[in-house]
Amino acid sequence: MIAAMASRGSSVLSFARQQPLGAISLLLILIMFFAGVFAERVAPYHPEVIDFTSILQGPSSAHWAGTDAFGRDILTRIIYGARTALLISLVSSLLGCTLGAILGASSAYFGGRIDYAIQRVVDILLSFPLIVLALVVVAIMGRTLVFGIDIGLIAAITIPIIPQVARVIRSSALSIRRMSYVEAARVAGYSNTRVIFRHMAPNLVAPYLVLLSVYMSQAILLEASLSFLGLGVSEPTPAWGLMLAGSATEFFAQAPWMVVFPGLAISLAVFAFNLLGDSLRDWLDPRFRT
Amino acid sequence: MLNFSGRELKPHSPHVVETEGVAKPLLSVRNLEVEFRTSRGLVRAVRDVNFDVAPGEIIALVGESGSGKSVSALSVMGLLPKANSEVRGSIMFDGRNLLSLNEHEMRTIRGRQISMIFQEPMTSLNPVLTIGLQIIEPLQTHLGLTTAEAEARAVELISLVGIPDPESRLNSYPHQFSGGMRQRVMIAIGLACNPKLIIADEPTTALDVTIQAQILELMRDLTRKLGISLIIITHNLGIVARYADRVFVMYAGRLVEEGNISPIFETPRHPYTMGLLLSVPRLDQGARSRLNAIEGLPPDPSKEIAGCPFADRCPFRIEICSQPPQLEFTDVGTRAACFRSDEIAEGKLKWRSPQGGGEVVSLPKAPTALVELQQLSKSYWVKKGGIFGRIGEVRAVADLDLQIQAGETLGLVGESGCGKTTVGRLLLAIDKPTRGSIRFDGQDIYQLNKADFARYRHDVQVIFQDPYSSLNPRMTVAQMVEEPMIAHRTERSREARQDRVRSLLDQVGLRPEIAERYPHQLSGGQRQRVGIARALALNPRFIVCDEAVSALDVSIQGQVINLLIDLQKQFNLTYLFIAHDLAVVRHISTRVAVMYLGRLMELASRDELYENPLHPYTRLLLDAAPVPDPELERQRPVRVAQGEIPSPLNPPQGCVFSTRCPLASAECKAQVPQPREVRPGHYVACIKV
Amino acid sequence: MLNYIAYRLLLTIPTLLGAAVITFFLLRVIPGDVVAVKLTGDGAIVSQAVIDAERARLGLDKALIYQFSDWMLGLLQFDMGRSMWTGRPVIVEISQRFWTTFQVALMSTAIGVLIAVPLGTLSALKRGGAIDYATRIFTMAGLSVPGFWVGMLILIWLLQSYGWQPPITTIPFISDPAGNLSQLIWPALAVGYRFSAVLARIIRSTVLEVLGEDYIRTARAKGLVPRIIIGRHALRNALLPAITVIGLEFAFLFGGLVVTEQVFNLNGLGKLFVQAVANRDFIMIQGMVMLFAVIYIFANLVVDLLYAVFDPRIRYGTAEA
Repeated sequence: MIAAMASRGSSVLSFARQQPLGAISLLLILIMFFAGVFAERVAPYHPEVIDFTSILQGPSSAHWAGTDAFGRDILTRIIYGARTALLISLVSSLLGCTLGAILGASSAYFGGRIDYAIQRVVDILLSFPLIVLALVVVAIMGRTLVFGIDIGLIAAITIPIIPQVARVIRSSALSIRRMSYVEAARVAGYSNTRVIFRHMAPNLVAPYLVLLSVYMSQAILLEASLSFLGLGVSEPTPAWGLMLAGSATEFFAQAPWMVVFPGLAISLAVFAFNLLGDSLRDWLDPRFRT
Repeated sequence: MLNFSGRELKPHSPHVVETEGVAKPLLSVRNLEVEFRTSRGLVRAVRDVNFDVAPGEIIALVGESGSGKSVSALSVMGLLPKANSEVRGSIMFDGRNLLSLNEHEMRTIRGRQISMIFQEPMTSLNPVLTIGLQIIEPLQTHLGLTTAEAEARAVELISLVGIPDPESRLNSYPHQFSGGMRQRVMIAIGLACNPKLIIADEPTTALDVTIQAQILELMRDLTRKLGISLIIITHNLGIVARYADRVFVMYAGRLVEEGNISPIFETPRHPYTMGLLLSVPRLDQGARSRLNAIEGLPPDPSKEIAGCPFADRCPFRIEICSQPPQLEFTDVGTRAACFRSDEIAEGKLKWRSPQGGGEVVSLPKAPTALVELQQLSKSYWVKKGGIFGRIGEVRAVADLDLQIQAGETLGLVGESGCGKTTVGRLLLAIDKPTRGSIRFDGQDIYQLNKADFARYRHDVQVIFQDPYSSLNPRMTVAQMVEEPMIAHRTERSREARQDRVRSLLDQVGLRPEIAERYPHQLSGGQRQRVGIARALALNPRFIVCDEAVSALDVSIQGQVINLLIDLQKQFNLTYLFIAHDLAVVRHISTRVAVMYLGRLMELASRDELYENPLHPYTRLLLDAAPVPDPELERQRPVRVAQGEIPSPLNPPQGCVFSTRCPLASAECKAQVPQPREVRPGHYVACIKV
Repeated sequence: MLNYIAYRLLLTIPTLLGAAVITFFLLRVIPGDVVAVKLTGDGAIVSQAVIDAERARLGLDKALIYQFSDWMLGLLQFDMGRSMWTGRPVIVEISQRFWTTFQVALMSTAIGVLIAVPLGTLSALKRGGAIDYATRIFTMAGLSVPGFWVGMLILIWLLQSYGWQPPITTIPFISDPAGNLSQLIWPALAVGYRFSAVLARIIRSTVLEVLGEDYIRTARAKGLVPRIIIGRHALRNALLPAITVIGLEFAFLFGGLVVTEQVFNLNGLGKLFVQAVANRDFIMIQGMVMLFAVIYIFANLVVDLLYAVFDPRIRYGTAEA
């Protein structure tokens, strides 16, 4: 066990060495997490305090990213927005990828009619872009607050991810299932449980991690889009997509920084996760490819 | 000779094989060095290789994987990736040094003066272009022919390589051809501009035995007729013995021995050549004791080796072997790079086997049937490609009756589509039979209750062919060998299990430190041994060896075969040995069964089958497989099977072999012949015998 | 070949049926009562009588099986009911906005393809070089920046440089081609950038894969000039998968332009869909989801047929000699 953990620790280091771009993305992500978690300490102002004396001010030494139509410091709202974005995306993509992986792997393992049925449903769900499915879920669930968390929004982002991940994991699982070592395991009379958890699942970890990174970035984009449309996070919670909507659209001519900075934040976050996914894919693939 | 639209291409003047140095060579390679820059550092794939090819002769470059033979050939063609490879030395062809030519000039040579044929016919042709176009391309590029002229020539070439109906073939696509046919197309492309030299890199390795013979005969025929020199790159010593005039033996990137065919095979002067010749199982040799295997592994190409590269594994090594040996003339006119070749010539050095000898297991007096197959059949439905995806039935195994006796090794041979792999899978209960029964220890395995079936899983294990996909990349060796014991709770405690793991690893010849390694850190031979250890963990009684040594290098094969024989004696195992290499099967089996298109053709004890083959298919099979003995090969009649192996989707009526059988007549198509006991213990399914 | 077309067309029927069924049940899975949810959605208090009347008006009080057959029959006549919000037929609302979205999707696809094909190919051919590096940055950025943000940046630039603002209504192509194009080019650019990023990556990857195939090695061994090797041998194989991507991504744009239309104030399908969602107009949502599914199914069909034209393995099957 300790050996496994030690090897994982050294894996991170060897990853950093072999995939320098991946290391950069990890760093970016860590910075974002840090900012999100310690927002109260990092941010210069309070995100929701309105100050009509300093509305629509451009970037200055007092406000590095300027202020918005309510005089709120944009940089602060971006930092707090990181918390929102990461929280929602993390939960949604973890849920979505895990459920999708279980679905895909089971479909591949059991085969036959179960597989066929699941695949037809997945096929249909895959006919729609993520945003369309997300909007349908929003229409159905609306804003459902549970302990202050909008699970409607979470569901709207989670559900479209599930069939996408299921499809990819299913195909990986199918190719693993054809491998001789899985057949050897069945010949040795192992139970289904053992074959799935000891032989198939560990070899699915690699594609799963890659998908997780990629869908983190998609989740951030989805959340931003939904909030922009007014169907996601709502005021006064700071959220990047939200910051691009509403008063931004009224005043963007006079105060372009209201649009530029939140968009940059979104881009950077999505970029970091995309890059991480790419690097993970490169790193994991040749090593375990025989 | 070849005549089309007024322009006649004369064959190059046929050349009689002369000993080296007398005739001016067509190709002269000197001091060839090839280095690759990889992530693991500099890899020297070829060091100081020299060879000549005279006009019209056939030479063979022999070696195992990592010997540098393919790399040498690719460097002649200039096909190595420029970005990370460096080639030094000189390659003189027709008076020019190919290494000094720029890319544009090399292009005029490739496909025009020198052609190359590759190993994988299935992927070497562009799937979206017609084969006509692919043959015409070099004609237009190099000879400037018009489309009409080129098409005419292409039709000529297609019929020259033995493909029927050439005109209509022009517009066919590669996927409409079988492997053998695609290789013929490759040969046609190679011959298109009447080159002076053809390089064939393992041209038949991916093909079935009978098709191999067709292709090699074709190549020899055509190159002799047209006066083209041929370089055959192969690891198969039988092919070398049958086809080559001279041979160059390579090991770890260096030339270790070279010379004319007969002296090399009869009186090798380098320990590696000796070892190789002794460790190859031979089709023509009867019951032998252990194969003389070469111990150890080929060296890591990224590490610099001072001295002789073979020294590590050489039973004759002495101190001076730490110096690099040079190629020197020997007493028989060959050249060998060994300090002790004189002693070898004097007969002072005899190859020692790693461990002492021992007889191969012979049949017990009163055989008891451990496994009985009765009317075993397996069919499955396949989407017959194409537009409508019509369903076709593949009869993988049809009405098979077979018994495997306790303690024996039953060899099961056949070509593609014969069903031998399916039989293995049915026995392992990976697939269910469509009809018929499988009895183990007298009981039908599909009538067993759960507990007894679990017992069956204990008793029957498998060793797979592919050492790469047969091990879980995420588990260590120790974990994989221990797992069966955990799953079936066969040992009392963790210590007991780990003791057993250690002892199993030892028994299969792996050092204890291997236990903590992952598969990607092991060589092919080591992985296969791990597979064997894993199979033994449950103390099985019966093991299905599904092409267990086919993917290994020749020198490693010998080791694993010896291991399997030892283990059989030690643990009283019964084997079903599935393979396509007849020589290996001969060595390891007590009885041999021959299958074709899902049916049993012949079954006999080992020596009886090889010395007295009665079924026409068996005879064809044995004729097609070359033996590493040039004298013998010269005397053997060349009989090549006609036609392609029929698709299992559409097996012939009556006797499945009737379409290719030299003895076939109308009665053969009337009904399926049943195996009859023609001599004691010798069953044949043919009405003509 | 004609057989294949017929077969493929026939195959779309069960797929369309499946989509219709799923779409129908999709909106019956909503917890609670559709109408009640809609009417009380914003906290309004509505009496049960009103709810019941509304349900009757929309035909939601009939048994499920009748509703289903109504839906299916309606589809055959292109009737998807009436919007719960505007009261107008769904099909009318859709057709008013269809062509705008179609045009933007088409233009975006064109821009994407025009940029991605040469870029992806060159990037693969000169792997590791300056073009490759630049392309990878370009595509990485294109995948990461939100399309609508790019749109907003373009608007800011247009406003500040030219004082141009997006018109309130969409100028139809027929009446004023120049005006129409000048209005729609900007959202097309924003979306096209992203499209080209996705496509360029895929093309780069397939070209690289193809270049490593054995038949390319054979082509080189034949002494063919690079132009033929790349043009005839490599690209014809590498661009096949790109057809699929182009087709399906185009189909996705119909629903995917949602946010872009909001930014550019275009009266397209996306905007309609968002309005429907915001207004809990389930009948409209149902109709539009069906529309998106149909578009996707037909895009799939076209892609398959194109494959049959360009890939001989599909055209001729495996008739072995």
